[in-house]
Amino acid sequence: MPRLATKKILTTVIIKTETLPVMAEHDVVKARQMVRQWASEIGLSLVDQTKIITAASELARNMVIYGGGGTMEIQSLEQYGRRGVKLVFEDKGPGIADITQALKDGFTTGSGMGLGLGGAKRLSNEFEIESTPGQGTRIMIARWK
Amino acid sequence: MMDRIPILRMGQFLLVTIQVDMHDRLALALQDDLTTKISETGATGVLIDISSLEIVDSFIGRMVANISAMSKILDAQTVIVGMQPAVAITLVELGLSLPGVRTALDVERGMALLQNPRVNMTSYAQAGDEENFDDSDNQN
Ligand SMILES: Nc1ncnc2c1ncn2[C@@H]1O[C@H](COP(=O)(O)OP(=O)(O)O)[C@@H](O)[C@H]1O
Ligand SMILES: [Mg+2]
Repeated sequence: MPRLATKKILTTVIIKTETLPVMAEHDVVKARQMVRQWASEIGLSLVDQTKIITAASELARNMVIYGGGGTMEIQSLEQYGRRGVKLVFEDKGPGIADITQALKDGFTTGSGMGLGLGGAKRLSNEFEIESTPGQGTRIMIARWK
Repeated sequence: MMDRIPILRMGQFLLVTIQVDMHDRLALALQDDLTTKISETGATGVLIDISSLEIVDSFIGRMVANISAMSKILDAQTVIVGMQPAVAITLVELGLSLPGVRTALDVERGMALLQNPRVNMTSYAQAGDEENFDDSDNQN
């Protein structure tokens, strides 16, 4: 039986993209400032800007403390006519053995508050995490207008 | 290379205005400097103006909680003033409730809180109480 397929065309346009090395503490500050600038450029509200910057600050710091440093890729995008910022944090550190546990509020293997991963997830519209012990960690977050 | 956030003394109080996007070590240095200053001066109150701070993440949040707890041990009260609404909203979603941290809308109200010891006696913030941002300012 012939079927009328409504083809969903996923059009994602990358407006611009850049990669920032995040190796030390002062790079965490740079990452925050960069996210602030890009998020305000695409017109995110002040609250949404603050959320994505805070999430970025947590993930950038995690890379410095636990991941031995890494990179933050930042993109401004347009999808279905709405704009957003997407951030990818990638390191080649020790990775996370138990992601479910790491995402739990209060869990830390360091001296933190254990709110970074769970908080970053709550503060974003999209959150994806991949981690392989011994190979590294990759976390993507996005916030849409 | 290590700069520091200035601490001003005004009578019995210490005033700090955070005007930069702090890196973590700067926040830790402030925590140390304040502890030293409180015990040196015998200050009874600490007012920290964070109205220029565009974000408070879990690290800075913990510093604020530490300063507040530490000053209590040294018999001084800490009031955080001027937290931007977007920052407060974000903090709650981040999961940071800052139990025991006193907040006020602005410097004037923060000073009033510090000057009235009876108000300071009210223990309104229990651990895990997420509403301590909302009722921080209805004391006078
Ligand atoms: N990039 C990373 N590489 C390796 N481990 C990580 C990374 N990010 C987070 N983790 C692990 O997940 C735990 C929880 O992280 P988080 O929620 O940010 O809390 P905290 O930073 O306070 O420990 C960390 O203690 C650490 O064990
Ligand atoms: Mg963390």
